[in-house]
Amino acid sequence: MNIIATVLLIIGLVFFTGGAVGIIRFPDFYSRLHPAGKLDTAGLVTTMGALALYTASPFTLTTLITAVKIILIVVFVFITSPTATHAIIDAGVRAGLPPWRKEPEADS
Amino acid sequence: MQQVFLYSGLFLSLLMLVSLYRAVFGPTVLDRLVGVNAIGSKTSTLLILIGLIYQRVDMFVDIALAYAMLNFIAVLAAARYFQKQKGLYDEGPKK
Repeated sequence: MNIIATVLLIIGLVFFTGGAVGIIRFPDFYSRLHPAGKLDTAGLVTTMGALALYTASPFTLTTLITAVKIILIVVFVFITSPTATHAIIDAGVRAGLPPWRKEPEADS
Repeated sequence: MQQVFLYSGLFLSLLMLVSLYRAVFGPTVLDRLVGVNAIGSKTSTLLILIGLIYQRVDMFVDIALAYAMLNFIAVLAAARYFQKQKGLYDEGPKK
């Protein structure tokens, strides 16, 4: 069980690294929301799955309740993270933020 | 297994520093909001890692759940507030 939890934790950290690099490197606000919304959710699901597996590994009632609470955080983030991303994009569109286009000369 | 959790938490806080760059130097207000949202979703994982290091997971799970809820409400309220503002993209010269 420890090996499965470690592998899942490392996979989740790889997802988080991709999200952070995408937030730094992408040229535009709309394209930055793509790693911020998706890879953070994926990394959180895998790391929380690993931690729930490790928590429930001596299988009693109290550890089972703690693991169910961790899974509940995952369900909550699955509902709220797309909602927050959609709200930020909606604010950007209504404020009239222009999307990024490829310039003819290398400007930025 | 404690060492794995410790180094995972250290790496996660390093990634939070990388996301903090976008929250501090973002060209627009909404870029800062993206950075803050990314930091908040990393924090709820980091809280459970801290709880596993301290052997008190049953307490830190509740804190992580409350933090995820608070992060969602803060981002939603800030996005709804900045939706009303016009000329949001005129903040400073773009590099």
